[in-house]
Amino acid sequence: MSRPRLEVRLRERVAAKQKLLIPYVMAGQSEDWLETVQAIADAGADAIEIGLPFSDPIMDGPVIQEAAVVSLERGTTPQSVLNDLGRLELDTPLVVMTYFNLVYRAGLDRFAGRLQEVGVTGCIIPDLSLEEFGAWEKAAERVGIDPVLLVAPSTSTERAKAICERSRGFLYAVGRMGVTGERDDASLEVDAVVAKVRPFTTLPVCVGVGVSTPEQAAAVVRVADGAIVGSALVRRLLEGGGPEGAATFIGELRSALDGVTLDG
Amino acid sequence: MTEVVQTPMAEPTKAGWFGDFGGRFAPEPLMPACLELEEAFRDAWADPVFHAEFEEVLHSFGGRPTPITHCKRLSEDLGITLLLKREDLAHTGSHKINNVIGQALLTKRMGKSKMIAETGAGQHGVASATAAALLGLECTVYMGEVDTQRQALNVFRMELLGATVHPVTSGSRTLKDAVNEAMRTWVSHVADTHYCLGSVMGPHPFPWMVREFQSILGTEAREQSQSMLDDVPDFVVACVGGGSNAAGMFSGFANSRSKLIGVEALGGAAIASGIPGVLHGMMSQILQDEEGQILEAHSISAGLDYPGIGPEHAHLASIGRAIYSTADDDEVLDALERLSNTEGIIPALEPSHALAWIIREAGRQIPKGSTVLLNMSGRGDKDVAQVREILQAKGRFQ
Ligand SMILES: Cc1ncc(COP(=O)(O)O)c(C=O)c1O
Repeated sequence: MSRPRLEVRLRERVAAKQKLLIPYVMAGQSEDWLETVQAIADAGADAIEIGLPFSDPIMDGPVIQEAAVVSLERGTTPQSVLNDLGRLELDTPLVVMTYFNLVYRAGLDRFAGRLQEVGVTGCIIPDLSLEEFGAWEKAAERVGIDPVLLVAPSTSTERAKAICERSRGFLYAVGRMGVTGERDDASLEVDAVVAKVRPFTTLPVCVGVGVSTPEQAAAVVRVADGAIVGSALVRRLLEGGGPEGAATFIGELRSALDGVTLDG
Repeated sequence: MTEVVQTPMAEPTKAGWFGDFGGRFAPEPLMPACLELEEAFRDAWADPVFHAEFEEVLHSFGGRPTPITHCKRLSEDLGITLLLKREDLAHTGSHKINNVIGQALLTKRMGKSKMIAETGAGQHGVASATAAALLGLECTVYMGEVDTQRQALNVFRMELLGATVHPVTSGSRTLKDAVNEAMRTWVSHVADTHYCLGSVMGPHPFPWMVREFQSILGTEAREQSQSMLDDVPDFVVACVGGGSNAAGMFSGFANSRSKLIGVEALGGAAIASGIPGVLHGMMSQILQDEEGQILEAHSISAGLDYPGIGPEHAHLASIGRAIYSTADDDEVLDALERLSNTEGIIPALEPSHALAWIIREAGRQIPKGSTVLLNMSGRGDKDVAQVREILQAKGRFQ
């Protein structure tokens, strides 16, 4: 299963003046989750984050926590998710997002190899700090997986520089101090965090955590290259929105972003 | 994950490693706070003025030094010399006060006005609320919903002390989930809030810093046992949840011939049943399934209901400097009753695990005639309602 390299694809899109839309779904959350991934891709996602559920997700708020519980109760394992992903026919890069213990338990090289086999081309591990990143960085590089790193509003300029140098795929700019979850615009700190990283990287800069509505997504990409939307989509799926509901929401987000592109 | 030869219980490496355990596995939004905390702690701990203030508060407010009690009747029954380091007599009834006074002073020194804390049995929560009241800090305590029921009186104590108690309803609704929720909250409030972690766990510098604050009890115990025995004890025994009372105690004896024994709850035995993994910001021995999902611990004692263990204990176990064993719920109840009615001391359920090991092993792993120092990490007041219910259900007591 070969899919486009994450960074290559995103850079192409940015070069073509397209704003990036990266939705997040929790793998295994419902019977039809793969159809949801397909529907999101068709509705205009530039890449899709696939959450591998972990029992103790400390960067996630209530919505994604609940989705993880639902998924784990359905018997989802890293193995089952990767097997499922291998069956997808998609031209959209997939980025796995999970916590370090699942990667460590599988073995870093083995985990990276499995991602590569099933056509995943990026990986985000939010609890793997820059200080402890080296071993995973090598394992990912060996098989052509782009390891994405985070910069937060609290990150110092010096740290931001070091993170920018080692992130691949894109740069994940945390839009506000907090865990994942829907928020109103007031709490987003997008301008500052994007301005902090721009001098140090040519990677696409995508803002996640707290981006919930088409309006917010549009506001975010006035300074950033892309928006990552997690909880707002996952909530719709938990409420039974299914692939169709997901596609409608992604369509709305896509139009909002394309509107910004047209504005110039 | 570099391997370096370290003297047992020396400072961890710059990145916070004790051998193969420890480190700093925190999400990026928290990393600057961990770095800031490390710097603030290094600076404070090198400052004689800070030490003097820490010790003064623990003396005039915390009830230190705590005595050592020779348990004459139980010693005779067991054929050993049993000494208790009486942390149950410290203010708020456990060793937890040592760590929170240190961290609350540090919170002020960093110019922060709020503290959050997690708690299992409620002892660390009560201690945090106490230190916050003393120093005029705002305090919120995260506590698993199961534990708020098991330890209802401690919830009220915290509230009386002016803290807000936040019941945690995610996951197993015990200590592990309280830590998750405290960390999540810390992410959003890190600018004005310190996370006062209650044990030798979490990302660097917490395991090291909490051990250093708790080392006051080990240093005292070393001096006291030296003058009582003219020697160190043959065995130094402590219960281990995250491992803070044990770390404080062991630090006083790591460079001696004393055998160091940590006792975990059978249903939360990270050394015996765990494997290396990452939870709550640290690499340590963790109870987990084949995929790496964290397992829930099960114990009669809320304070030991934790699927991990402080990284330094995982290291001490791996190099053989300390030995970790377990006690089951029944042995623990027997030990609690026995100390109560032979020595007039009602112990908390947590140190009753350490006592249960001593009772079980006297004449076996502990040769007759040995001197044994047990860290009596807390008093049993918080547990008597729960113990009464269990013993009544067994047809004991009315
Ligand atoms: C009296 C007492 N001892 C021990 C513990 C366990 O903590 P640690 O292993 O950090 O000493 C607790 C925790 O609540 C406690 O209340």
